[in-house]
Amino acid sequence: MSALYLLIIASLLVALGFLGAFIWSVRKGHYDDDYTPSVRILLDDSEKQP
Amino acid sequence: MSILTAPEATPDTKHVCYHCGEDCRDEVLHADEHDFCCDGCVTVYSLLKESDLCQYYAIDGAQGISPDPTFYKGKYDHLDQPEVHDKMIEFTDGRLTTVYWYLPKMHCSSCIWLLEHLYRLNPAVRSSVVNFPEKKVRITFDAADLRLSELAALLTGIGYEPYLSMDDLSGKKAGKWNRTRLYKIGIAGFAFGNIMMLSFPEYFHLGQNTSDQNLRTLFGVLNLALSLPVLFYCAADFYKSAWSALKGRYLNIDAPIALALSCVFLISIYQLATQTGPGYLDSFAGAVFFMLVGRYFQDKTYAGVSFDRDYKSYFPIAISVLSDGSEMRKPITDLQKGDHMLVRNEELIPADAVLQSAVAMIDYSFVSGESQPVERRKGDTIYAGGKQKGAAIELEVLREVSQSYLTQLWNNEAFAREKDDANKSLAARINRYFSLIVLGIAAVTFAIWFFVNKSPETAFLAFTTTLLVACPCALLLSSTFTNGNLLSVFSRNRFYPKNAHSIERLAQIDAVVFDKTGTITLPDDAEVDFTGEPSTREELVMIKTLVGQSSHPLSRLIARHLTEVAASRRVLTGFSETSGKGMVAQWGARTVRVGSASWVGAAGIDDNNEQSSRVYVAVDEVVKGYFTIRSKYRPELPETLAALRQAGISTYLLSGDRPTDRDLLTPLFGPGALLLFNQKPEQKLDFVRELQGQGRHVLMVGDGLNDAGALRQSDVGLAVSDDINNFSPSCDAIVEGNQLSLLPGYISLARSGQRIIRQSFTISLIYNILGLSFAVTGHLSPVIAAILMPVSSITIVAFTTLASNAAARRYLKKLTNVINEP
Repeated sequence: MSALYLLIIASLLVALGFLGAFIWSVRKGHYDDDYTPSVRILLDDSEKQP
Repeated sequence: MSILTAPEATPDTKHVCYHCGEDCRDEVLHADEHDFCCDGCVTVYSLLKESDLCQYYAIDGAQGISPDPTFYKGKYDHLDQPEVHDKMIEFTDGRLTTVYWYLPKMHCSSCIWLLEHLYRLNPAVRSSVVNFPEKKVRITFDAADLRLSELAALLTGIGYEPYLSMDDLSGKKAGKWNRTRLYKIGIAGFAFGNIMMLSFPEYFHLGQNTSDQNLRTLFGVLNLALSLPVLFYCAADFYKSAWSALKGRYLNIDAPIALALSCVFLISIYQLATQTGPGYLDSFAGAVFFMLVGRYFQDKTYAGVSFDRDYKSYFPIAISVLSDGSEMRKPITDLQKGDHMLVRNEELIPADAVLQSAVAMIDYSFVSGESQPVERRKGDTIYAGGKQKGAAIELEVLREVSQSYLTQLWNNEAFAREKDDANKSLAARINRYFSLIVLGIAAVTFAIWFFVNKSPETAFLAFTTTLLVACPCALLLSSTFTNGNLLSVFSRNRFYPKNAHSIERLAQIDAVVFDKTGTITLPDDAEVDFTGEPSTREELVMIKTLVGQSSHPLSRLIARHLTEVAASRRVLTGFSETSGKGMVAQWGARTVRVGSASWVGAAGIDDNNEQSSRVYVAVDEVVKGYFTIRSKYRPELPETLAALRQAGISTYLLSGDRPTDRDLLTPLFGPGALLLFNQKPEQKLDFVRELQGQGRHVLMVGDGLNDAGALRQSDVGLAVSDDINNFSPSCDAIVEGNQLSLLPGYISLARSGQRIIRQSFTISLIYNILGLSFAVTGHLSPVIAAILMPVSSITIVAFTTLASNAAARRYLKKLTNVINEP
């Protein structure tokens, strides 16, 4: 049964990692604008070929 | 002939501007085989072409903006002054500088493309990133190669004039959208999920042997640890809001939530400490998580729209000041008595001043609602808020901005009234009884278990679990999600209520008061008719060419009316314009005069016509006739008014303008309607107050500062604006001008919103009764609580979303059909 303690700790650590990733992404401004990137990716960026 | 069904003047062939996509109304310019409506559009086009950015036009839905014609070199020079400069920028390291500017004209995906390619127009721009929902762009540029004023001019040059107002100067940055809320949701969600996972063994009955007991203790400790940040960080807002409400001696919706959360948390700690049970921490974290998500959606809808703008937002941040014969830009906060200002065409006069130039045409529509510009002569006092129409004028400042008439008016106490929202919302009203009933049931349950059954243990458990299942979070969710969803439905239809309270007040409206100028009239359009001898083609060309020379608003309207006539490129000789009278020019051997009756020599004709403005035309001293210029009403106005009356809502008109078109408007407003003209801002306010005194719930529809007092006084102040982010007085809702016809639909939708809240409340009651039946008997196990809570929340969310979407389709679509039918 002692494996269970290990697994619980491991699973909490993984979850904490994801929480950290979420907070990091909010801090970096990933959620400030959830519309523009969806349009930006569709706009062609190609230069005219000379 | 009805004014409201005036046929559009049809040009011989319709030309659509390649750049801005508008019909070419004044003249048609050709460049590169494309048609353009004005020089501005051609300039932008050639600018884009030079930088190889013509791909812009290939983007689906691309519609350029023609640049502001009133722009002149040096307009942004004040931005280079150090004290202004520092407030306008976000960051600088001496060279690389970042600004985060608001560009209200951003409107489509091609705007994003163009603005993010600014570096091609000017290599000093290192990067530009658009935030479309907020209509802002963050530009990083090399300050050594590009001055701030040049950057502003570059943006203005391609049509995106940055919106820089005094608010920026006073250091009050627009409230940045709150990231803390996301952190809270993230943490609550994390805690909710993990507590749920750790509670699973308990749901499926752990055994009684030692290892199971150890696990049980571990799970309990972990759950408690996970729920602490939820209580102290995520749920803190509920406690704060409940506390501030209690201090103000009323009960808001957060108060019972805070009570329920506290009870659940305490009973959980008690159960964990005494090892009598696993507690209800999963339900606790889940409730906080769902409520936070609900509030997040409610807030998000409004990130970009400003409601509480004061007079400062209307004013430019700087004005040209003449000193020792040279012109410089000065922030208007620094304007001193005695300064000489130079105010150009279409610029707003920021402070009370004495006119130094000979004549000025001042448009006070912004302050008083009067649509015709008034003439002022040298030495006259001109009050702040007027706009100069025509040539630049010089003014001597009489009072500083903060002392000016307009500022005083704004600071008038009646204008500053805040709406009292306490206890008014439907959810809050229901909640009052609800909380009392729940507390009553809990108390009775407690008493029965304690005194009758003599089981104090069960009594406490039953008491707290009753509070837990009856937690008003379902009620909160029902109003949050219904209103939140309605807010987004409304904003998709270009109607922007300030908050949920505005929607609930909108549902109760039974009187609608309209302003006239700019509200039910079209802002930049008028109906022009010619009365008199039919003019020959040549004469029409003469008139068009002549009026094309003038910047007087009436001339512009006539030029626009004569779309089908091509202006001649022939040079007019002897052209002269006398401000306030008219103009004269030689057309070959003939003399053409256009202007007032006395100017053309049309003696004996009543020129002081109350109904409309007239412009007379004379060729070779023979009066040919006159143009009648009337405000043009929004074409869908009769249907809108009829629909409102059908819904049992009375309609009124309050205009600051002359009683023009009284006869025309009276039948539209129906029998018994009041139409008042020449109303001062204070009178409008008093009228609204009087209606409210009769127990009416008043919706005021207005646009300018002249309506600001009435907008605040009314139950719902609706500002009509063609640019939702820019010029709207402090109000409860903003609507785009061309969407005003949907007003009856908006009201019906708000009403059905209230119904949906009641229905979803009934649903949550059913769940509550189910839960209560477990709770009062003391049998609410954590599993049942953990299932009941999310299921009821999700049902409520699904129901409100579907029901409000269905209602939106019904009300907003139906009305559109009615109006589209000819």
